[in-house]
Amino acid sequence: MARILETNRLTKTFGAVTAAAEISVGIEEGTIVGVIGANGAGKTTFLNLVTGYLRPTSGTVSFDGREVTGETPRRLTRLGLCRSFQIPQVFDSLTTYENLLVGLGIAKSARRAPTESTAAPEKTASELLQKFGLERYREATAKTLAEGVRKLLDIAMALTMNPRMLLLDEPTSGVSAEEKFSLMDLVLGAIRQDRVAVLFVEHDMEIVRQYTQRVLAFYEGKIIADGPSAAVLEDPAVRRYVVGEENRRSVQER
Amino acid sequence: MKPGRRFLVLVSAVVVVSIAAGPFLPPWALFLITVSIAKGLVALGLLLLIRTGLVSFGQGLYFAIGGYAAGTASQWLGGGDAVVMVAIGALLSAVAAAALGILLARYRTIFFAMLSLAFSMILYGLLVKSSALGSTDGFNVAPSTVAGVKAGQFGYLVFLLTVGSAAFSCVLLDAYLRSHLGRLAPAVRDNELRVEYMGASVRNIVHLNLVIAAALAGLGGGLAALTVGHVDPEMAYWTTSGEFVFIAILSGTASVLAPFLGALLLELLRSLAYEHAPNTWQLIMGSAMLLVILFLPSGLWSIFERRRRIA
Repeated sequence: MARILETNRLTKTFGAVTAAAEISVGIEEGTIVGVIGANGAGKTTFLNLVTGYLRPTSGTVSFDGREVTGETPRRLTRLGLCRSFQIPQVFDSLTTYENLLVGLGIAKSARRAPTESTAAPEKTASELLQKFGLERYREATAKTLAEGVRKLLDIAMALTMNPRMLLLDEPTSGVSAEEKFSLMDLVLGAIRQDRVAVLFVEHDMEIVRQYTQRVLAFYEGKIIADGPSAAVLEDPAVRRYVVGEENRRSVQER
Repeated sequence: MKPGRRFLVLVSAVVVVSIAAGPFLPPWALFLITVSIAKGLVALGLLLLIRTGLVSFGQGLYFAIGGYAAGTASQWLGGGDAVVMVAIGALLSAVAAAALGILLARYRTIFFAMLSLAFSMILYGLLVKSSALGSTDGFNVAPSTVAGVKAGQFGYLVFLLTVGSAAFSCVLLDAYLRSHLGRLAPAVRDNELRVEYMGASVRNIVHLNLVIAAALAGLGGGLAALTVGHVDPEMAYWTTSGEFVFIAILSGTASVLAPFLGALLLELLRSLAYEHAPNTWQLIMGSAMLLVILFLPSGLWSIFERRRRIA
């Protein structure tokens, strides 16, 4: 399978702190990859480097076969590398529907609308609302929405550009334990139809075990384990530095 | 009725009433209304900027460019038609904003406000120093025709042109704000990072809206110059720019019609205050602003919005 994303010795230092150290990783099309690691291990830095928010100190990023190191988030989004945020980044004064229309309007002008020329943004927005179960919040202003709903909206917005690859930063944070699985089912159900690669940061090992084929474990800016999910989660180093000796259900803090 | 259609009906009604009532209005009222609408056009541009999250304290720059361009055009054309004059004013203002926007679009909040103010004060300084443009006195502006009609009833003709320009601008800007491109304005105000992460350029959106706001201010400046029959450097002075911000805040940004209501009320209030309290009229204006901010923080237009919600 072709690699959609590839990083080569990607490094980012902030003064004396190394947030990403020579990260080389390739992600195949259509795979679902989990990223685990304690707080400060470099997961979000990795996302920020890959999406162009941060410029790497050294190393390269390739997306869809072309080198994109140093490109802006805007350019990468237009190429189909889209992301959602740990803290929902939505347009507070717009309604749920309008939030999606913003993205779909941009997608239309960038000719990446989900079904290309056939679907009008208004129609696609309604479809997305339906897929994410957000219809009842259609006319609600985003700032009035509950955190879990904002989270869903944030992810739905990342889908408006019809991504080739989707990066989700802690999609289930701020969502109650019993709702985490249904949220993941919903999100992956909305995406999976189109063979999109998904990479998501997650602290809940049960979620990681259930939804990913492959796991990247981060520790102090490095990938300490990379492979099939079950193998990585059993890895002694991962158990020691990330999951914790007791293999606790959720590791929020070291 | 759809909101879009209700809006069109409302605009058409205002235009028809204006055309019909115009000839019966006393000259002072006609003058006051025309000037208000011209200033309302500048505030309409500010409405767009405020929706984009920016407050410009330098719209006087484009107001003056519009006025001076219209005036200069009429001198060169030896009279000339009013429509051509205001069109040139709006166009030149847009060109100026396209150039200055390269720098302005990089700034936000107080830095944007101060930089826009600085540009307008530079123009003020230049106008005061240029004797060819009449220095501090400015010069008179007198077109020979309005849309081809010989200027007999001049006040009424300029009034019609102003009402027409305002209605045209309102309909266009309203359509723009409802479009995919226009919807990016509040998105930029709410979250610039997300706009970039959705694939649009924040700087380009800001730049475009600066140019639109400047064109509206230039149009307003040209119309004001025709109405008053005179331009002077005060048009670019910071107090003039401040007045436009005053109108925009007084009016609120909920509707494209709000700035015209706000401008009219401000002119009326000022005329009354000036007549009845010539020494303390600023005090009255300040108190009015205070009351609006305290009791109608979303501007005068929120009165209508509130009623609609109850109904």
